[in-house]
Amino acid sequence: MSVESTNLEPKGIQGLGKAIKRKEDPRFIVGKGGYLDDINLPGMLHMALVHSPYAHARILSIDTSEALKIPGVKAVITSRELAGASLAWVPTLAGDKQMVLADGKVLYQYQEVAAVFAETRQAAADGAAAVQVDYLPLEVVVDPFKATDPSAPVLREDIQGKMTGAHGPRRHDNHIWTWDVGSKDETDKALAQSEVRIKQHMVYPRSHPAPLEPCGCIGDMNKATGRLTVYMTSQAPHAIRTVLSLVTGIPENNIRVISPDIGGGFGNKVPVYPGYVCAIVGSIVLGAPVKWVETRTENLTTTGFARDYHMDIEIGATRDGRVTAMKVYTLADHGAFDAAADPSKYPAGLFSICTGSYDFQKAYAEVEAVYTNKAPGGVAYRCSFRVTEASYLIERSMDALALELKMDPAELRLKNFIQPQQFPYPSALGWTYDSGDYEKTLKVALDRIGYSELRKEQAEKRARGELMGIGISTFTEIVGAGPSKDFDILGLKMFDGAEIRIHPSGSAIVRAGTRHQGQGHETTWAQIVSEELGLDVDKIIVEEGDTDTAPYGLGTYASRSTPTAGGAMVLGARRIREKARKIAAHLLEVGEGDIEWADKKFAVRGVPGKSVTMNEVAFAAYTNLPPDLEPGLETTYYYDPPNLTFPHGAYICVVEIDQGTGEVRVQRFVAIDDCGTIINPMIVEGQVHGGLTEGFAIAFMQEIAFDNQGNHLASNFTDYLLPTSLETPRWETGHTVTPSPHHPIGAKGVGESPTVGSPAAFVNAVVDALAHLGVRHIDMPITREKVWKVLRQAGVDSF
Amino acid sequence: MEITLLINGAEKKLNVEPRTLLVHAIRDAGLTGTHIGCDSSSCGVCTVVLDGKTAVKSCTMFAVQAEGHAITTIEGMANGGKLHPLQQAFYDQHGLQCGYCTPGMIMSAHALLQHNPSPSEDEIRFGLSGNLCRCTGYQNIVKAVQQAAQMLQQPVGTAADD
Amino acid sequence: MIPAAFEYKRPMSLEEAIRYLAERGSDARVLAGGQSLIPAMRYRLAQPAVLVDINQLPNLRYMQQEGGMLTMGALVRDTDVEFDKNIQSRYHLISDVSRVVADPIVRYRGTVVGSLCHNDPSGDWPAAALAARAQLVIQGSRGSRVESIDDFIVDSFTTSVGEGELVVEVQFPIPSARTSGAYEKIERKVGDFATAAAAIQIELTEAGMIKDVGVAVTAVAQKPLRVAEAENILRGEKPTLDLIRAAAAEAAKIADPNPDARGSAAYKKDMARVLVGRGLIKTLGRLGVVVA
Repeated sequence: MSVESTNLEPKGIQGLGKAIKRKEDPRFIVGKGGYLDDINLPGMLHMALVHSPYAHARILSIDTSEALKIPGVKAVITSRELAGASLAWVPTLAGDKQMVLADGKVLYQYQEVAAVFAETRQAAADGAAAVQVDYLPLEVVVDPFKATDPSAPVLREDIQGKMTGAHGPRRHDNHIWTWDVGSKDETDKALAQSEVRIKQHMVYPRSHPAPLEPCGCIGDMNKATGRLTVYMTSQAPHAIRTVLSLVTGIPENNIRVISPDIGGGFGNKVPVYPGYVCAIVGSIVLGAPVKWVETRTENLTTTGFARDYHMDIEIGATRDGRVTAMKVYTLADHGAFDAAADPSKYPAGLFSICTGSYDFQKAYAEVEAVYTNKAPGGVAYRCSFRVTEASYLIERSMDALALELKMDPAELRLKNFIQPQQFPYPSALGWTYDSGDYEKTLKVALDRIGYSELRKEQAEKRARGELMGIGISTFTEIVGAGPSKDFDILGLKMFDGAEIRIHPSGSAIVRAGTRHQGQGHETTWAQIVSEELGLDVDKIIVEEGDTDTAPYGLGTYASRSTPTAGGAMVLGARRIREKARKIAAHLLEVGEGDIEWADKKFAVRGVPGKSVTMNEVAFAAYTNLPPDLEPGLETTYYYDPPNLTFPHGAYICVVEIDQGTGEVRVQRFVAIDDCGTIINPMIVEGQVHGGLTEGFAIAFMQEIAFDNQGNHLASNFTDYLLPTSLETPRWETGHTVTPSPHHPIGAKGVGESPTVGSPAAFVNAVVDALAHLGVRHIDMPITREKVWKVLRQAGVDSF
Repeated sequence: MEITLLINGAEKKLNVEPRTLLVHAIRDAGLTGTHIGCDSSSCGVCTVVLDGKTAVKSCTMFAVQAEGHAITTIEGMANGGKLHPLQQAFYDQHGLQCGYCTPGMIMSAHALLQHNPSPSEDEIRFGLSGNLCRCTGYQNIVKAVQQAAQMLQQPVGTAADD
Repeated sequence: MIPAAFEYKRPMSLEEAIRYLAERGSDARVLAGGQSLIPAMRYRLAQPAVLVDINQLPNLRYMQQEGGMLTMGALVRDTDVEFDKNIQSRYHLISDVSRVVADPIVRYRGTVVGSLCHNDPSGDWPAAALAARAQLVIQGSRGSRVESIDDFIVDSFTTSVGEGELVVEVQFPIPSARTSGAYEKIERKVGDFATAAAAIQIELTEAGMIKDVGVAVTAVAQKPLRVAEAENILRGEKPTLDLIRAAAAEAAKIADPNPDARGSAAYKKDMARVLVGRGLIKTLGRLGVVVA
């Protein structure tokens, strides 16, 4: 047995492109990570929540008396108590508001109804079980297509009859908003004139990020100082601090949010959840720290879901395979409250990236959002705000078009790619793509997988009656929200900050407004600073997540850390370097103009051997300064990116299908990613492995489903299916590098590309395997039974 | 009730209810490297090893049942300052990202290697399929276990040092 | 999630265990591996007043071959079976099953007898026990009795074990040299219950005729089922593909599955057929017989 060793570089200055081991790992591998539930404070109480068994019901009464009799139970709160603190409802990130605890009625199964505070976790659980709630069940709305029927029950009585919402007019009490982009008339005209048209309906099912660490919070109100410390599993601690200040009235400088080590987020840990609010309120009321850690059921049933887009697309093309126009209608199921985590001006996120990698001249997209009796959410699950839905839509549709045209799907893509010389490319739906070389990336992928041989093998197998399929996805992402002229959340502009402090002895501490959850910032930020300043990477530590110390920033999600905070890190370091240049000139006794930065040192131009290191400069910054210079060597830099970045990739999947059971077996999967400049190739590869695995899970396993009474059918890990090492395919990865022209080091971000790009490759491969049996589309998750049904209908059977 | 647990070679006297799950007892004893990720015995982040070679999900055992067994948690894997080969290999092979599944994954791999000291890739994937990871896609975890198996098969004193 | 409080009993002898079970009747549950019971208690789906933990009972963790039987004590863990070389080489059906019960970590703790007693309608061991014609030794205060698996399995989650009784052993007939078996299971992922599964055991005559056969399916009815008609079709015959088709079809006929997230009734019925067919072919293959 041979083990491929990771290509490790020697220690020292470890800048861009080096596969160094992660600086955060030593604590995790010995069990010394510090996650939220690992924090225990003196006198801390435990909180448990009471949940509704009904998806839609009026609350007739809540009796807490039995709960309060249980030894150790200190208090029970309901919406009434929250109303006293004006916290019965809180604003969502999407301009709506949501109940903290059920106020008069429940709108989804498992909705939070009461919070129990107790001395032990056992007493809290017993207390929650003892709260008696009388419900009057009401008619439920499960199907989003029926939500706006004239006869549908009104879900949100709090805004009944209010026909204007945060994003424009509402046409029904269960309608939230309609958003569109592009020219409908011109698109209709172009479609009418197209030689070939295809239409496809497809569902991107409701999913859930399900990080292995559930969400949690410890509220710790110190009544003596008036300071509120909140420990929270938050991907965006600064924004949380601001929101907490606004909703509680506590001055923002009296709130400290600490986001400790996070056991995976994937977008799930962006919003504010009722449990957080209750734990904080509990601490304020009871004067003791209060811990709440979700159960897995609470995580899957009440916290931010993702997707649930029901999409109809029409694409026009010429007979010889050139796309002309696309038109999309999407119905978005937002659940009971519009709590989608999207930038304010983009209620459907960046869905308008749906023209993908192709040169569409005309396009139009319309998205309508509705309320249903399901949990709120719509988080960017390993996705930059609905880019996953958009990419799946276009990549699935390109295969549908290829089938209609009887063209090879690779050939169709090659024919329609935006060409390298077209960048910066203005898309029909209003984006300016920064850079890309789609043809090159696809050709690398085709070559790597041996595409033409695979097609021959497929033909041979088909002749023998075996089912093999090949699926391609050549997606374009849009990440790094974003430029403050367009992007804000609750008015907070989406720039991000970095602070760099170089100490006299040449070590440094670096802080950012982002908060990693496994992405490796403690390593990659150090590598950026090492590269820019010539410091030993081992002498740079990175801290994130404490709002008292870190510079403001909007956090880590939507692949935004490298495009935003990464940019801040580079430019902050360069600002330090400019000051350091003055000190270097002083030390070398030459004019500043004679100093050059070469080989990660300051050298005197034209005088070999005369140089100083950043270490020496750092010491001088505190000991031996030029007379007119401010002492110290540190800076805080806020970076407002000029544009988003547009990573892309070419993925190819090969599947075989078991004719007896309908099981799909992924035989190979090649993923060639182009995320611009790579900071740490080991980390990038790891991100791609993980993202592909989540894409695989979405394509074949994960689904948050409901029955017709709104009962949640995936409330734990026995029903919400996450792949294990046995189901997960082997991934073959590679990359091309097309730097972003506007990012300071050309990096684009990669964490989400594989989840965005891969589902279409899986589904395309399955449809390709079955197309000759008349199959045109199968919705995710592709279960054995869905395939079996197709097989048996086509008369295919086998042991 | 009063119980005594032997965790990583040290006796811990604990006062528990019969319903106290082993994972809670371990964590309440200050060993927070053993995590909790679900309620259905599905995720494996709570995996510890009993009596040297039996991996168990410590959320699916009561603390009172662990009396009389030697419990090894992630904190008991390193020998003094020296990482266990599995810990070293997870570090070397980028076998972790968020780190939440890592302790359970390492403990499962530890039990696996007790029963099969040189597993194939397929055998590793099979043996670790009771533990979920959301970050890595398992590929580098498999590589890490392969590396650790190699390190453990080398005579004492020649294990790869890094 | 936290189980409701309960009284914990840890008997140190079989007599003491049976006494607790007799005294507390239906309030008491036996805790062996606990891999089904403890999660159910965490969700408070099960709230037993008393748990009788039998893990400290002496001499219940053994596997031995005696009197034509492979006997397994009530504390034999799934992994004891999975890792056993003798099982792997001689007991093909049991070996197959031991690799697909729950997940590899749960198997370290879960017990074969406990799984039989739990008698989940989607359980793996009950189907295997049916195909292998196992029997159980049930101990009560007035002695023990031996019961065939067919009589033991009464209904969903219900066995013939009475109050105050404890199953102490399961016995599998030792297979002859011309006996093999297979377990064919489809599951949505590792650790899931079967969507459907088939347990097969075949003994051939020297002439290559089917001397005896066991066919059972799980997850396709209220309880694990013996497919007696399939056994009748196969017994005494020379194995052919047509014969296998006919036998497999009987599995679909007898199956009466509940539709759930794992599949519709139609799908599960068809999978009963497919998996029985596959199991028969695999078993014959292991006996060196290739059917065409």
